[in-house]
Amino acid sequence: MKKFAVVAAMATAFLGSTSAYAVDLEVTHWWTSAGEAAAIAEFAELFEEQTGNNWVDSALAGSGTGANPVIISRIIGGDPMGATQMNTGRDAEELIQAGLMRDLTPIVEEMGGLDFYVDQSLLEPCMYEGGIYCLPINIHSWDWLWVSTAAYEEIGQPVPTNWDEYVASWPALQEAGILPFGLATGWPFSGVPGVLMSGLGGSDLVLAINRDKSAEAVRGPEFRKVAEALDNLRSVISPEMMVPSFGDVGNQILAGEVAGNIHGDWLAGDLQVAGGVAGEDYECLPALGLGDQLTGGGDSFYFPVLPEGTDPAVIQAQADLAKILISPEGQLNFNLVKGSMPIRTDIDLSAANPCMQKAIGMLENGLLPSGDFALSSDTQQQLQDLNTEFLDDDSITVDDYVERYASIIESAD
Amino acid sequence: MADTAVDTGRGAGNTGRRGFLRKTFLHNVPAKIAALPMMATVLVVFIGCTIWTVYYSFTNSRLLPSGDFIGFEQYERLFGTSRWNVSVWNLVTYGAMSLVFTLGFGFLLAVLMDQKIRFESAFRTIMLYPFALSFIVTGLVWQWIMNPTLGLQGTMRNLGWESFTFDWIANPRMVLFALLIAGLWQGVGFCMVLMLAGLRGVDEEIWKAARVDGIPTWRTYISVVIPMMRGVLVTAVVLIGSGIVRLYDLVVALTNGGPGISSEVPAKYVYNYMFGAGNIGQGLAAATMMLLTVLIIMVPWAYLEFGGKGRRS
Amino acid sequence: MSQTATMTGPAPDTHTKVESGPRGPRPKPFFTPQKIIIYSILVFFTLYFLFPLYVMLVTSFKTMPEIRFGNIFALPSQISFDAWVKAWTSACTGLTCEGLAPGFWNSVKITIPSTIVSIFIAAVNGYALVNWRFKGSEIFFSILIFGSFIPYQVMLYPLVMITRELGIFGTLQAVILIHTIFGMPILTLLFRNYFASLPQELFKAARVDGAGFWRIFFEIMLPMSLPIFVVALILQVTGIWNDFLFGVVFAGTQNLPMTVQLNNIVNSAQGTPEYNVNMAATVLTGLVPLIIYFVSGKLFVRGVAAGAVKG
Repeated sequence: MKKFAVVAAMATAFLGSTSAYAVDLEVTHWWTSAGEAAAIAEFAELFEEQTGNNWVDSALAGSGTGANPVIISRIIGGDPMGATQMNTGRDAEELIQAGLMRDLTPIVEEMGGLDFYVDQSLLEPCMYEGGIYCLPINIHSWDWLWVSTAAYEEIGQPVPTNWDEYVASWPALQEAGILPFGLATGWPFSGVPGVLMSGLGGSDLVLAINRDKSAEAVRGPEFRKVAEALDNLRSVISPEMMVPSFGDVGNQILAGEVAGNIHGDWLAGDLQVAGGVAGEDYECLPALGLGDQLTGGGDSFYFPVLPEGTDPAVIQAQADLAKILISPEGQLNFNLVKGSMPIRTDIDLSAANPCMQKAIGMLENGLLPSGDFALSSDTQQQLQDLNTEFLDDDSITVDDYVERYASIIESAD
Repeated sequence: MADTAVDTGRGAGNTGRRGFLRKTFLHNVPAKIAALPMMATVLVVFIGCTIWTVYYSFTNSRLLPSGDFIGFEQYERLFGTSRWNVSVWNLVTYGAMSLVFTLGFGFLLAVLMDQKIRFESAFRTIMLYPFALSFIVTGLVWQWIMNPTLGLQGTMRNLGWESFTFDWIANPRMVLFALLIAGLWQGVGFCMVLMLAGLRGVDEEIWKAARVDGIPTWRTYISVVIPMMRGVLVTAVVLIGSGIVRLYDLVVALTNGGPGISSEVPAKYVYNYMFGAGNIGQGLAAATMMLLTVLIIMVPWAYLEFGGKGRRS
Repeated sequence: MSQTATMTGPAPDTHTKVESGPRGPRPKPFFTPQKIIIYSILVFFTLYFLFPLYVMLVTSFKTMPEIRFGNIFALPSQISFDAWVKAWTSACTGLTCEGLAPGFWNSVKITIPSTIVSIFIAAVNGYALVNWRFKGSEIFFSILIFGSFIPYQVMLYPLVMITRELGIFGTLQAVILIHTIFGMPILTLLFRNYFASLPQELFKAARVDGAGFWRIFFEIMLPMSLPIFVVALILQVTGIWNDFLFGVVFAGTQNLPMTVQLNNIVNSAQGTPEYNVNMAATVLTGLVPLIIYFVSGKLFVRGVAAGAVKG
C-alpha cells in the first residue's frame, strides 16, 4: 500500500528525524502555470515555516479536466493525498456524501466560525448534513475581458472600455494583422459563454440558468444575444492561431499580437509574472465592462479522510494547513500572487493590483453562481462538449446551439 | 485455433495408470492450483467485470457506482449526444479506411516482398519498426510533421511551393486522414508480415500449376492465392478491427480529439465521462456499446472459424 | 488464426525456413519494367516509413532558432545535444521539471516485474493446459482468448474498484497486476502451443519416474523453452513499455510511466513549445522498444506474428 504521506512520515521517523518530528503532507493541485505556481508556493512556504512539516507538492497537469480525474480516483481508490485543491462547487459532492472527506467542523469551531467569509454562499457546496467539508480559499471569476494596450496603440484607437466597443474595433484590428481574440486550445473556451451570459444577459439570466436550471430562459431573447455574440466571436477565431496554454495568450496580449481575450482572473497572475502592469500594458474589464456583478466560483481545499493507522501528526498537519489557508496572512500572500479575490476582506488589500481592486469593489454587490459552482461536473462536461463543437463547426447555427444548450440545462440536476 | 496443440497433450500425465475419475481429479490438484490465476482472470475480470459494467450501465451512477436502475436512459442520452455520435461516426469512417488501407497496403507490400527481391530483410526491418513504437510516440511524431507552421506544410512553403497545403491536423474535415496516416504508418508493416507469412504458406505446386495453365500472375493471386489465405485474412481483419475499436492513445497524442470534437473517438468518451465528468453510468453505457461493436465483429468470425470447422469434420 | 498459431511452435517455422526461396512468378532479368515498378513502390513506402524517424532525429539535434527557420528536412547545421539533455533531465511536466528520467525509471520499475510475473504465470498456464488438462481447462482457455478482444474500457472501472479493494490502487503493484491480466491470453496461447509441440516422451518418462507438477515444470519444461521465453519477453517488454492507458489509470501520480510523462511534456507544456526537446523526448521514449526490435530481429517478427491474437 502506498500511502505516500504515511510511508514518508515513517521513513523520517526511522531516520531518527531531525527537527521535532516533521511529517510530510502531500498536497495535490493543478496550478502549473507560472503565476499559479508562484501563488501555491506562498502557501507551501507558510505551512513549512509555521508547522515545521514538509509540503510535498504534487502538481497535476491538465487543469480541472485532466487533474480532477486523478484526484478523484486516488481518493476513491483508497490512496488519498493529505490535502487537495478542487474547484469550489459540486465536483466533490459525492465524495463528501460517501464520507471520504474529513469533516472540518471541529477545526472551524476552534477558529471561532467562518463569519469572516465575504460571501457566505461560497460555503454552500462545502456543507453537508451540518458538517463542513471544504474551505474555499479564493474567489475566482471568469468575468474578465483583457485587452492589450499595445494592440490599440498600433491601430491608433482608444482602448475599449466595454464589450461593444471591443467588438466594434475588430475590423480595424484585422486590417492591421492583429488577432482580435486570442485563445488557447482546450478548456479555456469553455468559460467564454458564461462570461458573455453574465455580461450581456445580466444577473437575472445567470440565476435563471445556472441556479434555477430554466430551459425557458435559455430559449428566451436574452440568451439569444449571448449565443449571437458567441457566433460572432467564433468568426474571428481560427484553430491555426490557437496557442497551447492560456498563459501564452497573456504573453500575446502583452506583445500586442492579440487584442483581447476573455479569461478568468488567474490570467492576471501570469501577466504579472511576465512583467505586465495593469492599466499600462493591459486593461481588465470586469463583467465585460457592462455589468456590476461578477459570477464567482473559485478554489477550495479538501482534506480527505486518511486511512486508519495514519500517523496522528499527519492528521494534525491537515488541520494546521486548513487554518493557514484561510488565515489573514495566507489569504493575503496567496491571493496577491494568484490574482484572485480573497475570501475575507478584513485584510489590507492596498497591495492588490488595480484589477483586483475593481473586483473587490464589485464583491459588495454579491456574487452570482458560476457554472462551475452550480452545475454538476457531468453537466459542465456536456456544455463544454457543446461549446467546443460550436466553436469549431460553423454548420451548427445559433438556433441549434440554443436548442442544445436548453436540452442540456433541462436534464441538468 | 491451433488444434494440434490440444491433441498431443491428451492423457499424457493426468491419469497415470490408475484411471479412476476421482483419482484423476485428485491427481490434478497441483495443476488446478497452478491454473488459479488463469481461472481468476477469466471469472473475475473477463466475465465478472464485463457483466458488472453492463449491469451498471443501466443505473444512474454518478461519481460512485451506487445508482438506481433506470433502464435504457443512459443509452438514450448517449445516442442523443452529439459528441458520442460524432465519435461513433469517426470510428466507423476511420475504421473502414484503416481496415481497407492496412489490408490493401499490407497485401500489396507482401506480394512485392515475395517477388524474390533483393534486400528483403532490410525492407522488412524498415516497414515493421514503427510497430515496435507506442501510439504516443507515433502520434507525437506525426503531430510535429503535420504542424502547419513549422512542419511539412511550412517547409514546402518556405522552399517556394506557396500553395502547398497539408493542414489536416487543424482541419476538421481532414483530421481523420491525419489520424489515418499515422495509424497506417504504425500498423501496415505488421499486416505485411502476417500476409507474407500467409503467402509463403501457399504451396509451390499451386504456382507451378497456374504457370502451366498460363494463368496471369495477378489472376492467380486474386482467384487462387487470396482464397487460400482466408485464415490469415480473417485473422488480420479481426486483429485490425479490434485494435480500431480500442483506438485511444493515438488520438490523445496526435489531436486530443480536436479541432473541436472532430476527431473524438468512443474510447475517449468513455474515459472522459467515467473519470473526468463523474458520470459513471454514462461512461459504462458507452463502454457497453464498444463491447457490442466487438461482439459484432467477433461473432461472425467465431462462427466462420469454429462453426465452419465443425461442419467439415 | 491457426496459421499464426502454428508459427509459434519451434519446429514448423515456415517463415524463416522458406525465406531462402520465395515463391511467386519465375525469376526474371534484373532491370525489367516490372522490377522497376516493384522497387519504386517499395522505395516509396520505405521513405514513408523512414521519414518520421529521420525528422525526429534531425529535429532533436537542432536549436530552436534553426527549427523556427522552418525546414524539417534540413540536417542540423550544428549538432546540438542540448535538447536531449533537457528532455532527459529538465523538461517540465506540470510543476516538476525533472525531464523524462523519472518516467524512464518508472517504466523500468513497471516493465521488469510485470514481464516476469506475466510470463511466469502464462508459462505455468500453458504447461497445465497441455500436460495436465483437467475438466473445464479448455473452456477457461477459450474464454481467456475471447476475453482478449474485449475493449479495455469495458473492464477499466471494475478493475479500479478491485485494485482499490485490494488496497493497491495507484501503486506499482496495481499496474503489474493489470499487465499480468491483460498479457495472459496471448502469452498463455504462446506457451500452450509451444509445450504442445514438444515431444511428449520426456514428460511421460518423468511421470513414470514419479516427478510431480512443479518438478517437471522446472526441471524439464523450462530448460526446453528458452526460445519461446525470448519471444514472450520481446512481446511483453515492448507491449508494457508502450502502454499508456493502464499507466494513466492505475500507476498513481508518483509512478507515471514514460509514455504518460512524454505526452505531458509535449501536450501540456506551458509557453513556447520546444520542438527539439519534444522530439528528443519522443526518441528517448521509443528507444527501448526500438533497441529490442533491432537487436532481436527475426525473433521480433515471430513475436508479433504470435502476438497476432493480442490485437
